[in-house]
Amino acid sequence: MEYTGIFLKSVFSENLALAFFLGMCTFLAVSKNVKTATGLGIAVIVVMGITIPVNNLLYTYLLKPGALSWMSGSLSNVDLSFLGLISYIGVIAAIVQILEMALDRYFPPLYNALGIFLPLITVNCAILGGSLFMVERDYNFAQSCVYGIGAGVGWAMAIIALAGIREKMKYSDVPKGLRGLGITFIVVGLMALAFMSFGGM
Amino acid sequence: MADPKIKDLVTGPVFNNNPIALQVLGICSALAVTTKLDTAITMCLAVIVVLILSNAAVSLIRQFVPSSIRIIVQMTIIASLVIVVDQVLRAFAFEISRTMSVFVGLIITNCIVMGRAEAFAMKNKPSWSMLDGLGNGLGYSVILIVVGFFRELFGSGSLFGYKLFPTVNEVVQVNEVTGQAEMGWYVPNGLMLLPPSAFFIIGLSIWVLRTWKPDQMEAEN
Repeated sequence: MEYTGIFLKSVFSENLALAFFLGMCTFLAVSKNVKTATGLGIAVIVVMGITIPVNNLLYTYLLKPGALSWMSGSLSNVDLSFLGLISYIGVIAAIVQILEMALDRYFPPLYNALGIFLPLITVNCAILGGSLFMVERDYNFAQSCVYGIGAGVGWAMAIIALAGIREKMKYSDVPKGLRGLGITFIVVGLMALAFMSFGGM
Repeated sequence: MADPKIKDLVTGPVFNNNPIALQVLGICSALAVTTKLDTAITMCLAVIVVLILSNAAVSLIRQFVPSSIRIIVQMTIIASLVIVVDQVLRAFAFEISRTMSVFVGLIITNCIVMGRAEAFAMKNKPSWSMLDGLGNGLGYSVILIVVGFFRELFGSGSLFGYKLFPTVNEVVQVNEVTGQAEMGWYVPNGLMLLPPSAFFIIGLSIWVLRTWKPDQMEAEN
């Protein structure tokens, strides 16, 4: 039950894109059509599902105050948590790189589909944000696996939905100054309202 | 590139080429901190400091970095600067740094910082790059402060925590004769404190900006 709770919360009421504004740059830039949005969405799910648990291990066994005590007793006072930011971003960059090479070698069709989006993901705030929230909320390893996948699914759903709306919006008569970016922001706002209504779950 | 005017480097990004409204950069980590003006301004200062220093650092080493590893070098510089800013905030403004929680760390992935390092600092000398960082930081701050102003004013009836509109939930004064409490008159708009309002305010301010400067309108497609 606890895991279902974390999953549903991260998909709906605490959706990274719509409730915390994370990954907005790519969210707005790559949501012009459904096909590319789906590609990016899947890439985000995969990367989040891997990086958040890995960063969790890194935090528990290396960075947390007293985390080094498994090495030797004299290290149990060491607090490396100030290195958090730089190590999480390093892990994310490394995993994205490895994933890219692995996909290229073993699953060329998937690589061709995701190709351009993978490097973009390194600088996607949603990925780093997910890791930081995991640390802030003190999730354990199993919880962070669930949270990683949930947060990815939520982000992917939001971008695919927005892309669908923007495809239809070509046919509507939007005031001139509002066209493009302006109306997109307002649509995202309305979507955020809808997602928030899941909050009572 | 011809010598750009110093004034243009600083004021250009504020209205004519605003990083948020026109270049669609750096919206990510920004909006969640705009429910109150003081957190919004702290965020702006943090971003301006990181932008100026990262632009300066990247520009100083631009001739020694092979282009194949430039992204990771830029990333490391930015991440180190953000760690410094984060530690300073924790030491001197703990309360504010706690309400901002993860969003200070997210300055690393703020696309403005990366974008300016890549687009400007890699090609220009340090003094220009610092001015460019200042200008873009200011452009970002303008939007953040506008959003923060409206959200705090209408959401909680105050600015910088100082009450401007007494809300209906709080006692203004106690009537000395009857002993009854008199309440304020403003009904706070709860929506303004929730995420969607930030999207609406940005959407509308882009509309205002583009009506004022019609050349920024997007072509029909």
